[in-house]
Amino acid sequence: MATLVLIPVGVVVVSSFLSPTNDIWQHLIETTLLNLLINTCWLTLGVTSGSALLGVSLAWFTAVCEFPGRRIFSWALLLPLAIPAYVTAFVALGIFDFTGPVQTLLRSWFGSNVSWFPDIRSRMGIIIIMILAFYPYIYLLARNAFLTQGKRSLEVSQSLGLNLIQGFFKVTLPMARPWIISGMMLVLMETLADFGAVAVFNYDTLTTAIYKAWFSMFSFSAASQLASLLIVIVFVLIIIEQRFRARMRYSETKQSGQIVRIVLVGWRAWSVTYLSFSVLFFAFLLPIAQLIIWASHAFTRNFNQHYFELLWHSLLLSGFSAILICCVALSIIYGARRHSNSATNIAVRIATIGYALPGTVLAIGIFISFAWLDQWFGRIIMQLFRIEIGSFFQGTLLAMLFAYAIRFLAVGYNSIDSSMQRITSNIDEASMGLGIDGFKMLQYIHFPVLKSGIFTAAVLVFIDVMKEMPITLMTRPFDWDTLAIRIFEMTSEGEWEQAALPAVTLVLAGIFPIMMLMKKTEQ
Amino acid sequence: MSTALLQLVGIYQTFGAQTVISNLSLSLEKGEIGCLLGSSGCGKTTVLRCIAGFETLSAGEILLSDTKISSVGFSVSPEQRNIGMVFQDYALFPHLTVAANIRFGLHRMHFTMRTSRVTELLEIVGLVNVADKYPHELSGGQQQRVALARALAPRPNLLLLDEPFSNLDVSLRERLSLEIRSILKDQGTTTILVTHDQNEAFAIADKIGVMHQGKIQQWDTAYNLYHSPVSRFVADFVGQGVFLTGKMLNRYQVETELGILMVNMLHQDTALNSYIYSEGSEVDVLMRPDDIVHDDISPLRAIVIHKIFRGAEILYTLRLSGGGTVLSLVASHHNHAIGEGIGIRLEANHVIAFSQVAL
Repeated sequence: MATLVLIPVGVVVVSSFLSPTNDIWQHLIETTLLNLLINTCWLTLGVTSGSALLGVSLAWFTAVCEFPGRRIFSWALLLPLAIPAYVTAFVALGIFDFTGPVQTLLRSWFGSNVSWFPDIRSRMGIIIIMILAFYPYIYLLARNAFLTQGKRSLEVSQSLGLNLIQGFFKVTLPMARPWIISGMMLVLMETLADFGAVAVFNYDTLTTAIYKAWFSMFSFSAASQLASLLIVIVFVLIIIEQRFRARMRYSETKQSGQIVRIVLVGWRAWSVTYLSFSVLFFAFLLPIAQLIIWASHAFTRNFNQHYFELLWHSLLLSGFSAILICCVALSIIYGARRHSNSATNIAVRIATIGYALPGTVLAIGIFISFAWLDQWFGRIIMQLFRIEIGSFFQGTLLAMLFAYAIRFLAVGYNSIDSSMQRITSNIDEASMGLGIDGFKMLQYIHFPVLKSGIFTAAVLVFIDVMKEMPITLMTRPFDWDTLAIRIFEMTSEGEWEQAALPAVTLVLAGIFPIMMLMKKTEQ
Repeated sequence: MSTALLQLVGIYQTFGAQTVISNLSLSLEKGEIGCLLGSSGCGKTTVLRCIAGFETLSAGEILLSDTKISSVGFSVSPEQRNIGMVFQDYALFPHLTVAANIRFGLHRMHFTMRTSRVTELLEIVGLVNVADKYPHELSGGQQQRVALARALAPRPNLLLLDEPFSNLDVSLRERLSLEIRSILKDQGTTTILVTHDQNEAFAIADKIGVMHQGKIQQWDTAYNLYHSPVSRFVADFVGQGVFLTGKMLNRYQVETELGILMVNMLHQDTALNSYIYSEGSEVDVLMRPDDIVHDDISPLRAIVIHKIFRGAEILYTLRLSGGGTVLSLVASHHNHAIGEGIGIRLEANHVIAFSQVAL
């Protein structure tokens, strides 16, 4: 499986070296590459630091302080995770763009000259939108860190003569650093991999450039060279991330006693409430409300045969990928359990690395690999049966499922593996000692324990595949539309209302895993 | 004005309807090591947290060097008390090295002084060679000493130790408790520790307070706790012993199965705790295992009903002819079988008696 993951990556890199530096690549370097890199750089820096600031402060307020509405905000602030970034992006454009309701209203109040209103379709605009979409990752991790830290470490710093504010900066924050940084890495990777939101904003980054090189210029080599560039960046990030993950394990502390919260009063309390509410409003409530309005306007036009076709395609893909990934994850987990050594551990790590690969890169890798496979297969068939079969694998559901499996294997693997951790080898031995082994052991012990983990894995993969955009866009069979594709097509033409119904469907589906997550954090 | 460094004056602490500490007073001289001894849930840790300033008082006051630091509705914040604390789980900062952990509390000290103070402490606790390691790389005993060094670094007026040895294995406890006592005495650090282990308390502390249900039952030296307990609870809690029923012949003498014994009337200097019982009243007499001495030629015989081998000694449980039971600590080479009758002799000048409790 590890090799299967490496194939598309290797293919991209190899083909980028094989293909001669043609005119398009030259042209790219001369004109847009620098611009692309600057854009990508600004975006990742801005989104990561902004999400960190917002995520950490909200996490600290809800985990350590007490203010009006804290209970509700502590879970509600996770809700924006349910909305794919590209949905938040197009809704924001729809509301705040020149033709949107806000500027129209302002014009009706102040006359036609509202040029002071900031242009949403700008670098700042896309950064803010993506912060609102991605801050929950950091919020979730940092909050976890603050909650497990408890009050003990602050008490120590107090007994050593530091006041609460000094203690926060010298103890609480540094102790939570591994969590915060791993949240930031997550946001960084999501930002790098994002295709939908930047595409909506026409903000050119490496991912959109790969797509354009592919579809507008029909240059595989330019696309794969851009993709290799992205791969290099991602691998550097993966290495950094793994190092912090290792540190996180050491920093785990026992939770000490019940949490006594710092009670905020007066204007402090209300300004925190106000901050939390405005984040929730702009990141969740407003987009949802606008989506519902649009969807109801366009409901009669869109709720038809075609909608059900889109839904069916999405469900079909998601369902098959969920089953496929659960099976693959289970076989990897049992394989690693049977032969536990450093080689298999490394193999497992590589197999689950796909989560870090941007969809556009993976799509190109898959496309090229399957094209080669087709050529080779076609030649064999040709020799054997003298039949011209054309492309057999390329642009099939099989290729899509394969790409999804690589991209989302980690999601399924992690949740099944965490429930597998509960079955220690002693449990296996105890069961064998009682005369239950082989399939009976799987039936009576493993399956009941793994059941909930497998279910979680299936749900998470299902939703992720449903929301996935670039892989679907670039590897799907001709004219094979899903909900996400419909949103891409409609939004690239500015038809916000037409995109609303599929978007609402995706958000509704996305609420499920968030609910599961909240249940877990409540415990 | 007293000379005491720390004074708790009738403090109360309530949590909801539950009273955690009630009417607790104690005072500690400069340089003394005090100990609160009690089973879990008796409120001893809460007392420490009140002194450190993490909990507020419901009544009473706490004075440090004759300055009030806590009373009802008033509390000097913990960071301004200059009271060091070593927590039960050590609470070392995982993101800092050993040296950085120790340096943490030195932010008020001049920059150039800090390094020398850290080195000094590393030498005192014997951890110079692990200065650059992180807490998770250390053994439990080493972590414990880092926690101690960190608390000692800013030269606190008072040091609080919360169950300092509970996370260590038994063999390490004894060695480390002696080591820490000598460090604290060398530094002249006034200390209060909290523990449920009386051997630990005996090894470290000058004065020990036995706590029960939020009260200090007796604040005294280890010797007096053992030999002159003021209450049945203290007698039971500290050391081993059994009670023999007896009848007061007069104010000084009690008659038991073992003969007529002298009763210790006054408990040290506290007139309050005198053991005075009227003539003819039934009392329970405390017999410690070291009060009964094995003597083969003694006419007084008792039957072995239970024995625990303890290496150097054997602890025998013996039945007297009258039906009462006593304990005796006997040198280990006197090995007698259960059921065997052995000669015993009483070796106690004065005994302690308590009025009988209705069962």
